This record gives sequence, structure tokens and C-alpha cells, in this order.
Amino acid sequence: MKLSLTLAFLAVLHALVVLAAWVAPYHYAEQHRDYPFAPPARVHFTDAAHRFLLRPFVYGLTQDSPGGDYREDRSRLYPIDFFVRGRLFGVGAPGVLFLWGSDGYGRDVFSRVLYGGQVSLLTGLVAAFLSLSLGLLCGTLAGFHGGWVDGLLMRGGELFLALPWLYLLLGVRAFLPLHISPAQAFFLLVAIIGTVGWVRPARMVRGVVLSARERGFVLAARGFGASPGYLMRRHILPLTWSVLLTQATVLIPRYILAEVTLSFLGLGVGEPVPSWGNMLAEARQYHTLMAHAWMLAPGLATIPLLLGYLTLADILLERPSSADPAPPIERPSGALPLGSREG
Amino acid sequence: MKYAARRLLHSLFLLAGVSLLSFLFADLAPGDFFSEMRLDPGVTSATVDALRARHGLDRPLPVRYAAWLGSMARGEFGYSLAYNTAVGPLLRQRIPGTLLLTGCATLLAWLMAIPLGIWNAARRGTWSDSITKASLSIFLSIPDILLAVILLALAVETGWLPAGGMHAPGSESLAAEDRFRDTLRHLVIPVAVLVLGMLPVLVRHVRASVAECLDSPFALAARAHGIPRRRLLFRHILPAALNPLITLFGFSLGTLLSASLLVEVLVGWPGLGPLFLEAIMARDFALVLGVVMSSTTLLIAGNLIADLLLYRADPRIQTS
Repeated sequence: MKLSLTLAFLAVLHALVVLAAWVAPYHYAEQHRDYPFAPPARVHFTDAAHRFLLRPFVYGLTQDSPGGDYREDRSRLYPIDFFVRGRLFGVGAPGVLFLWGSDGYGRDVFSRVLYGGQVSLLTGLVAAFLSLSLGLLCGTLAGFHGGWVDGLLMRGGELFLALPWLYLLLGVRAFLPLHISPAQAFFLLVAIIGTVGWVRPARMVRGVVLSARERGFVLAARGFGASPGYLMRRHILPLTWSVLLTQATVLIPRYILAEVTLSFLGLGVGEPVPSWGNMLAEARQYHTLMAHAWMLAPGLATIPLLLGYLTLADILLERPSSADPAPPIERPSGALPLGSREG
Repeated sequence: MKYAARRLLHSLFLLAGVSLLSFLFADLAPGDFFSEMRLDPGVTSATVDALRARHGLDRPLPVRYAAWLGSMARGEFGYSLAYNTAVGPLLRQRIPGTLLLTGCATLLAWLMAIPLGIWNAARRGTWSDSITKASLSIFLSIPDILLAVILLALAVETGWLPAGGMHAPGSESLAAEDRFRDTLRHLVIPVAVLVLGMLPVLVRHVRASVAECLDSPFALAARAHGIPRRRLLFRHILPAALNPLITLFGFSLGTLLSASLLVEVLVGWPGLGPLFLEAIMARDFALVLGVVMSSTTLLIAGNLIADLLLYRADPRIQTS
């Protein structure tokens, strides 16, 4: 019950972000230079005579002076249209609809948060996939082969763990070109974040593989003459799925935060492509923040997403996993060891 | 003693490995401090080559690594091209800042996490346990950036706390006591951000560890003997639950150092974080390496302390 609720919640969030081109009323780069830092729009459901309208509307915006406060111009009324111009909703041409306000260039913050989510979310997902693939590869190799391969991989992994994570991330980023296009920056980010995080999943996979080697059915299959490849495919790898799944729910929110942090510091995806990190960087100035608090929206948008993933991780961690060692089976003496054993 | 020596040796190997790996990686990476100059039509490539030669960037990798090791022995840690000075003094200016910040945050986070974790474990399944758990997971999902930005804005708005930095302007002329109070006031926001980020994880682990001990037979026996609840929790359960937490202490240090990098940049705290970011932007390899090595040393030292504490706390390690 709790699991399906969390999954549904996450699915809705992902759908909103994936369908940004349709859900968002504007393109992320569309500028309305007449409306810099417009406050979040007030959507009205009742007209001047307090009659309830089935179709909500917004009033036009006027400024007393350039840079001054915005007022609603009650003489201009723009009903919100649904399913128009290839988007979910929007208002007719002279009117503007900034649900979460606009930024300094008059770009719609709501649209940019949705589009920015694509970058942040995709970084998290792809980088987590990369980390887990590397972790699975190195972990099974170390656990199954043992010996010097195990030693080399695990000692090498310790080097990665010896650095504080963010220092490692930035240190790797430091030696790569600074001025690159948003697309290159995206792939670079994914590659760095994904590669740097391989050690923990690898260690967990190694643990599962090591304990799996000793389990009764694996020993039995081995006894019947199964080849290492068959053992791996048929018996050992399926046991790692639950660990990988749990690790994914832990890694994805962490990697989303990593993208936000790097882009915030100016080392990730840059303008004009929005990401939650580089949007937050604009809100960093005190004056922007105090006068235009809605610029914090990208930061707030991360909260439900992270909460969803963390809850999912909790649920998965509390669930009894199939990778837990089965009731101990006495290992027959003289059984052939699998691969070379640890010293 | 033998154990301590072995751990120390292991730590030194790790440090050497990290430095070697960084050197290799930097060598593979395109560009260096002077590569931006090549784009400038006013600078001939001969000038750039001469500059590179003067700073020894054209020498083969093993020679440069040996030279770097030598300068490390002299406490210089290489030469920063952006600051035009040895890296060592730059680092020594900044390390105390980071150490102060992470030290205070670590202390405070653990001082809060242990009672909170025990309290929650002792009241498992009650509403107060669920409320703490829920509110802590909400804190866990607030990004540090957002927290720091909001706290700083509040500080400026209310004027209760200084908005960034480590000292008020002109604090050098203050009396020692006032200076201390001034630094303390500056510490509040960065430490609060770090503690709020770290606390949920720590409380969860303390709770799990204590809960496990509460279920064990010795806890049942102690209860059957009529040992008062508080004495049971703090004198019997806590020491038994401590072992996994000591290991966690090392991990928490790494997390805090990472978080501290970001928080330092955000509040303008004179620690390793802002220095690191400047070094990256300037492509100052020696300085980047210096900061990486210092943060690694801090983390490894923390882990070493955790290892030794665990050795003292858990007799099972001594026999194996």
C-alpha cells in the first residue's frame, strides 16, 4: 500500500518533468522582456461580481514604473485555455501566465523548473545507471574471481572512498574544460558523477556474490558441472537485483543533488538551458531573494522528488530481501571451491 | 600499538595512492594553467612554451611527481601559479577554518543524535517516534543550498546574526573574549546547515543500533533484574550499541567535509571550499592537488581515529 502510493507519487512527478514540453505553458528560453521578475500569477475563479466561473482567468499586469511593483489591471482579463497550441494550458497572446512568477528576463519560472527537472532528473537516473553498471561489473568480478583481481579492485576502490565525495567530484571536474556547451556539460556531468560513485555498489555486490558462492543451490549446481558463466547468469546475478534496486533508490536522489550542486557552483550545465542548480544560482543574491522569493522554486521542487526517493529507499530497505543468507546449509567437506578463494 | 601502526601505515599508503592517482589523472586531462593563453593572439606559442618550461610543466610525469614529493617534504606542496606563491601557506591559512566548522558540526550533530536516537528507540512505534522520523526525513530531503540561502536571508532580514564570513570587519582590534563571541555568532548559520543535513542520518543509525540491542537477550535479562530504565539505556545499552556508531563516525566526517565545502562557499567562510573553487576556476593544478590532499588527510585522520576508538571499544578486534 505504502509502496504503491510512493511509486504513484514518484510516477506523477516524473511524468510532469518528462512531459515538460507539453505541461509547461512556455518554452524555457521564451523571454517576455516587458515582465522581468513578475510575481506568481493570481488565478481567479470568481469574476468582479463574485460569480463562480468554470474557466479560471488571470488579469493583465501593469507596472507603475520600470522596476516597480506589479499591479493587476482589472480591465484586461485573460481566460486560461486548456489544450491549446500543443500545450496543456496557457493564455491568449497579450496576456501572460507566470504560475510561479518570472525571472529577470521575463522567463516563466514554472516552465523552467519543469524543463530544468529534465536535466537534473536525467543526470540522476543515467549517472545512477552508470554507477550501478560499473559496480555490478567490478563487484561480481571481485567477488567471483577473488584473488588478485579482488585485491586490486577493492584497494583501488578504497582510494575513491578516501576522498570526501564532493572534493572528489570537483577535483575530477577541475581537470576538464570549463567552457563547454550545455549538451557536452551534461554528458560530462553524468560521466563524472556516475564513475566516481562506483565503489559502494561494487562493495555491496561483492558481498552478495561472496555469500551466494557458498549457498546450497549454487554449490549443488557447481557439483552438477555447471560452468562459471552459467552459474553467474542463472544463480548469482539474480541475487544481486534487490541490492541494485535499493542502491538505485539511494543513489538517484544523491546524484540529483550532485547535479544541482555542481550546476549551482557554475561547473555544470549552463545558460540558457535551465537546470535546478543553475536556476538556484540566480536566487543566491540577497536582493533577488528578498524581493523575488519565488526564485527559490527550483530548490523547493527538489524536495518532493527527494522525499519520494528516500521513502522508497526506506520501504525497500525494510523489506526482507531475497539476498539475505538462507538458513545455513552444512557445506560438504571437500567440495570444490568456486574460482580461487580468498587468502 | 601494533594495530595502530598498521592502520597508520595503511593510511599513508592511501594518501600516496591518492596523490599518484591525481597526478596521473591531471596528466591525462587536456589543458593547464597556460592553455588559455594560447588563445590570445598577442602571446606567441614560444612564450607559452617558455613559461611552461620555467614552471617545469614540460618535464615527464615521474620527474614532476618526484619534484612535488620533494616540495611536500619542505611543506610547500607545490607552487600555485594563480597566487604566485607556495601552496603550503595558503592551505595552512584555510585548514583551521574548515576544521573549526566541521569540528563544531560533528560535535553538535552527535551530541544531538545520540539522545534523540536512544529516545526514539526506547519509544519505538509510538507517535513521538513516528513524528521524529517523518520530520527528519523531510529535513533530509531539503537541499543544503536551499537551507543555507534561506537561513542567510533570514539572518539579514532580522539582523540577529551576521550574514556570512568568519569575523566582523574590524574584529582584529576586539578583545579576545569579544572576538571569540564574534566568531561564535558567525558559526551559527553554517553549523546549523551542516547539523540539519547530517542529523537525520545519524539519528536513524543510532535508533537502529540501540533498537537492536534492546531486543537482545542481555537487555531482557537486565530488565528482569529490575535495573531502572534510564540506567539500562545509558549504562548497558549505549556502550553495546556504540560499535557500529564509531564506524559511522568516520563516514559522517566524510559527509560533513563534503557538505562543508558547499556551505563554506555559500556563506563565504574562509575554509578550503572557496579556495578549492577558485583554484578550479583558475585551473591552478598545484592548488587543486593541495586542497584534495588536505581534505583527504582530514578524512583519513578522522577514519584513523574512529578505527583506534573502535579498537579500544571492541575487544573482538584485538583478538582477531
